[in-house]
Amino acid sequence: MSYLQYFQIPELDRRLLKVWLRNKDVFMKNIKLNFLPPFLEPILYLLAMGFGLGTFVDDIGGVSYAQFIAPALIAVSVMYASFFECTYSSYVRMYYQKTFDAIIATPLIIEDVIAGELFWGATRSAINALVMVPVIAAFGLIDLKYALLIIPFAFLAGLLFACIGMCFTALTPNIMVLEYPALLFITPMFLFSGTFFPLEVLPEPIQYFAFAFLPLTHIVRVIRSLAYGSLELSLLSSLLWIFMASLLFFVLSMNLMKKKLIV
Amino acid sequence: MVTRNLIIKAEGLVKRYGELTAVDGVSFYVEEGEMFGFLGPNGAGKTTTMKMVQCVSPKTSGKLEVFGMDASAHPREIKKDMGVVPQENNLDPDFTVYENLRNYSRYFDIPSKEADKRIAELLDFVQLVDKKNVMSESLSGGMKRRLVLARALLNNPRLIVLDEPTVGLDPQARHLIWDKLRSLKKRGVTIVLTTHYLDEAEKLCDRLILMDHGEIVVEGEPGQIIKDHIGTGVVEVDNHPEVVECLQKSGSSYEIMGDIIVIYTNDPMHITDQLSMECSLDKITTRKATLEDVFLKLTGRKLRE
Repeated sequence: MSYLQYFQIPELDRRLLKVWLRNKDVFMKNIKLNFLPPFLEPILYLLAMGFGLGTFVDDIGGVSYAQFIAPALIAVSVMYASFFECTYSSYVRMYYQKTFDAIIATPLIIEDVIAGELFWGATRSAINALVMVPVIAAFGLIDLKYALLIIPFAFLAGLLFACIGMCFTALTPNIMVLEYPALLFITPMFLFSGTFFPLEVLPEPIQYFAFAFLPLTHIVRVIRSLAYGSLELSLLSSLLWIFMASLLFFVLSMNLMKKKLIV
Repeated sequence: MVTRNLIIKAEGLVKRYGELTAVDGVSFYVEEGEMFGFLGPNGAGKTTTMKMVQCVSPKTSGKLEVFGMDASAHPREIKKDMGVVPQENNLDPDFTVYENLRNYSRYFDIPSKEADKRIAELLDFVQLVDKKNVMSESLSGGMKRRLVLARALLNNPRLIVLDEPTVGLDPQARHLIWDKLRSLKKRGVTIVLTTHYLDEAEKLCDRLILMDHGEIVVEGEPGQIIKDHIGTGVVEVDNHPEVVECLQKSGSSYEIMGDIIVIYTNDPMHITDQLSMECSLDKITTRKATLEDVFLKLTGRKLRE
């Protein structure tokens, strides 16, 4: 009975766009600074790992090491952007800046605020992909055929990490404790989701575990495929996984935040 | 007699947090155009009551109507016509003064042109015109408070709810806020405020309630409340055993508050004469009775956490 309250279908109202717009306005004020990481990071990683470390690595499945990690860099950036937006940044807005309190003194309700935050987190991921795709393309590491599809896909993938992050934000007793999901969930994913080496070299149980519980595995898989210019039917299973997980964590995060903030 | 519109009507309003009963069955009403005060020690249930009126905290039981609408059923409609000045400033530190107001006007669906017009008027009203493009973080405490007030007025509210509007402000800033509240009242806006400053309540409020332990202790017009509970005057003398003895003999109503004895009376001259003649006292202070006397008399002097 009491667990069912976490799975209530949340109310979605067009007013959530106003919260999204608020975050967008703040983002635009610091646009130069905000564009720097997704622009610079892939260049640094590609130079160091792709072209430096990569000279010691054989081709992986017929592609160079730089070409192998380039799509993973986008996937990792998509994960970081929305996860950290909806953990640390949302927490600061909620707890320190009392931005949520100010907003709900207007015709907006808390559901609008959380949904606006989640969609903004997803947007941050899409923005990062938008910046990174051309940068990586400039290195000649992306097949341009489906490359633009990476950007809308980054929104969906970003939404998933936004929702997961928001669950932690709802559950954390203080901002310090957010270190735990960052360290125990995000960092292992960064390393073990088929990002810097193919999953197949790991023991089989770990491969299954990665596909079952590490969302980044699916996201790397889809982005890599799009970057290679190949669309396989088998990607649908990953897309379905991401979609279902997003739905689940969207509902969960909305209800957890409602429970935390409506007292 | 003209009956005015009821802006807020609460009946048997209860709010519980687990075991704790923060608001224990309070009933009150606020009429249109009134300035209405909530007083009480910390933890009395004032802010909790405010939060229920603001439709951000659901009641546990009882009835609560704002603008004639059920607060739990119509939060969006009610909040559309309400302005809120919270206890803690929650301005957006990422924005300038203008951007704060501009962004906030979007939440109320105020069209862009109209928003700019209102922002210009409001900045003038709260005397922040020359701070328009300053980041809100770098404003002084008094300026921040005024900006929060301006923000609460963006939607031309019928009702403004203020939780400790002048806390931590210097006398100049306090007087400016009072001034603004009075001129809003003149325009017919209903104002509900909580305060710890009893002189503030006495000066501003048409009616007020004093809360303690989640209940209403007393309700009415400030002047009448003082008259009913204290009388018109207060006489203060140093606390000596001889004085107590003397007062007991004369049968006066008095209270011992640490080093001084406070005597409540409608005839301070008479008491003063009596004390100086019969008890041979020379250090006697006579003053007007205030709400503070009522507050301390009814809620006691014990420190609240």
